[in-house]
Amino acid sequence: MASLMQRASRAAFLAAAIVWAGLLPAQGGAPKPVIEKAVKGQQCVEDTEYMRKNHMKVLNHHRDKTVIEGIRTKKHSLKECINCHASEKTGSVAKSKDDFCVSCHTYAAVKIDCFECHSTKPQGPMTMHPLNADTAHYKHKLAAGAKKPVSVDDMAKVAQ
Amino acid sequence: MSEMNPNQGSPARQQAAQTVESLQRRRFIGAAGAAAGLAIAPGVMLIEVAHGRPEEQAASSAVRWGMLVDATKCGTGCNDCVTACSTENGWTPVAESAHPKQAPQWIRKLELQDPLTQMETNLPMMCQHCAEPPCVDVCPTGASFKRADGIVLVNRHTCIGCRYCMMACPYKARSLVHEQLNDTQKPDVPRGIGCVESCTFCVQKVDRGDGTTACVEACTASGHNALVFGDMNDPESEISRKLREIPTKQVRADLNLNLGVRYHGI
Repeated sequence: MASLMQRASRAAFLAAAIVWAGLLPAQGGAPKPVIEKAVKGQQCVEDTEYMRKNHMKVLNHHRDKTVIEGIRTKKHSLKECINCHASEKTGSVAKSKDDFCVSCHTYAAVKIDCFECHSTKPQGPMTMHPLNADTAHYKHKLAAGAKKPVSVDDMAKVAQ
Repeated sequence: MSEMNPNQGSPARQQAAQTVESLQRRRFIGAAGAAAGLAIAPGVMLIEVAHGRPEEQAASSAVRWGMLVDATKCGTGCNDCVTACSTENGWTPVAESAHPKQAPQWIRKLELQDPLTQMETNLPMMCQHCAEPPCVDVCPTGASFKRADGIVLVNRHTCIGCRYCMMACPYKARSLVHEQLNDTQKPDVPRGIGCVESCTFCVQKVDRGDGTTACVEACTASGHNALVFGDMNDPESEISRKLREIPTKQVRADLNLNLGVRYHGI
């Protein structure tokens, strides 16, 4: 009788453990951040892996160069980050919870102070960088937005 | 008194002669520098001229930015410089502010009247960009600083909003941002709650190579031409020429701060 009870409780425990284990991946952890593709440009100024770990060092270094010495190179400037990464929907990097900066920072629970003072929106309209050899295959997208119909010649160039 | 002294060999005379000599010498060096600044090859400059500073080059102490205000030309009731400043730098004009008494003022128009003669004087007042700025002396964190080219700025990354600099400034040129700005800032002009701020001589425009400020542009556009901005170290610049030609004053010259803003007609 006792052994039967023991066996039954063990079975119940096992079953509960299996159910719990099955539920675990669904409940575990915060939702992963949404990383929106940059609207402009194809490649970040540094490797993506490097930027994920070190963007704050790059930004802090450039910040001091800009404020104190007046060096306003574009490569590591926050303004250029915003120009590329502002969301197409909100036009900002930190307005809604899925915007580029906020999305990861919420996930990592790291507060950003940048936007207490800095604008989260790019200057002027959000437009593509001029196409180069690497981005020429996006030509059809531009053509789709253009008023004049796409000629056969244009399409031939896209194909190349 | 020393000018009245007939004795040619007086120390004051000698000093004056030396000053004239050194001025001429400085002018010559300036001219030589300008000549050397010519391109030695296409795109290669021996000495970069102030206005065309390449973006990867730091601001240099060879330049000292300054402004000349001609109060005799400044229009009564004209507020164009103030409006232009607020538009360029994104601060709310006092009239539109919900709390006018604590609204930021980077530049303000003053109307003065001599109680004896009733003579009225108009002038804009802003950060005077002192060579020896008291705001920099008192700042406990080093946030208030003078850039190499003479522009006095606040590094908002280190400013703790203690407002010692506001107390120290003899010109009431600085303000504290009291309220959340809710992403209304200009991309070129970051500013935010809890930091002190003041006129920056439109540093974003200067770094871009515009060689002018929003207030000067507005004053010129309104036809008053009361403001001149330029490099006070360059003897050939318009501001240096005018400073040589017309009598100018520094406000509270007794404080010996060597101001970057000079006034004519006050």
